[in-house]
Amino acid sequence: MINRLWFALMILGICVAGINGKIDLVPEIIFSAAEQAVSIAIGLVSIMTFWLGIMKIIEESGLINILISILRPVASFLFPGIPGNHPAMSAILMNMSANILGMGNAATPFGLKAMEKMQELNNKKDTASYDMCTFLALNTSSITLVPATVIALRSATGSSNPTEIIGPTIVATFVSTVVAISFDRFFRLYKSWKGGASQ
Amino acid sequence: MMSHLINIVSVWTIPAIIFITLFYANIKGVKVFDVFVDGAKEGFDTAIKLIPFLVAMLVGISLFRRSGAMDIFINMLAPVFDYFGVPTDILPIAIMRPISGSSVLAITAEILNNNGPDSLMGRIASTMIGSTETTFYVLTLYFGSVGINKIRHALTVGLLADLAGIITAIYVCMKIFG
Repeated sequence: MINRLWFALMILGICVAGINGKIDLVPEIIFSAAEQAVSIAIGLVSIMTFWLGIMKIIEESGLINILISILRPVASFLFPGIPGNHPAMSAILMNMSANILGMGNAATPFGLKAMEKMQELNNKKDTASYDMCTFLALNTSSITLVPATVIALRSATGSSNPTEIIGPTIVATFVSTVVAISFDRFFRLYKSWKGGASQ
Repeated sequence: MMSHLINIVSVWTIPAIIFITLFYANIKGVKVFDVFVDGAKEGFDTAIKLIPFLVAMLVGISLFRRSGAMDIFINMLAPVFDYFGVPTDILPIAIMRPISGSSVLAITAEILNNNGPDSLMGRIASTMIGSTETTFYVLTLYFGSVGINKIRHALTVGLLADLAGIITAIYVCMKIFG
């Protein structure tokens, strides 16, 4: 899927650039995007380093157990393949909490840590496990309760009520999360039914 | 008032979490500095491993967008939006949303500036970006970090979630504010 998608983006991009007479821009577009990608990764170094340090303290001190005991019912429903006391579970819960609180830049390090730990449980290293798919379904459906960036943007542009969109946002976020989880479950069941045993 | 409260919450969340973490760890007798450094040292490798995946994806997306291929795509979908009475200016956000977070933010800022944040369009745009996610970026980042290239149904699910979020945002805003 990702291979076909990338192929399509690249080929269509080059063809349309040619038709539009922008072919001379192609190298510049490519290299500035590549540079942007590297600076995103470098920018992540500082955030990752800090939050992984804090996360280790949260784990070692046992603070994570409080979070786990609160969220256990939800977590064990969503991630049947991950034992409750596995490090993957604590990273997943940290990621979910950070997302809900609107701490976007803290959610990423926890999310990447969760992927690393889930990969340890994964039998086929080049293929996403079902629990990874569920985790990504949660992350791509965005469970943020406080859209802080939007509110800031609205007050900056002179809104008389910047926060009035919170209600509609929570409704839309809820619907998209339910849709994501439902489809994920559907695919999970469908594929294990069709493919027989799979981890 | 409400916006003031939310502002306070978002300013205090991170300091409060760090404070509580350190305070609790100290009570439990954890050597906070040693443990922090031990956890933090993995940060660099994890971030650097992402570079090839991010370069590939951002180059593809950037080419698609800046060559004008994206505009062709948007024009093809405009009649569908027209049919449902949805303002067509929203369309670029809906299309770009899964692909590019920064350009969606830029388009939204433009809509809020031109139409006003309290217009129907401004409200729809605000709700849409709050309730959806840059699916391609998230998938590239997360699967890239562990070297997974067979992603099963993750992309389909992510795009369906975005679609559901977009439709709900438009529907709810048109009901409440329309």
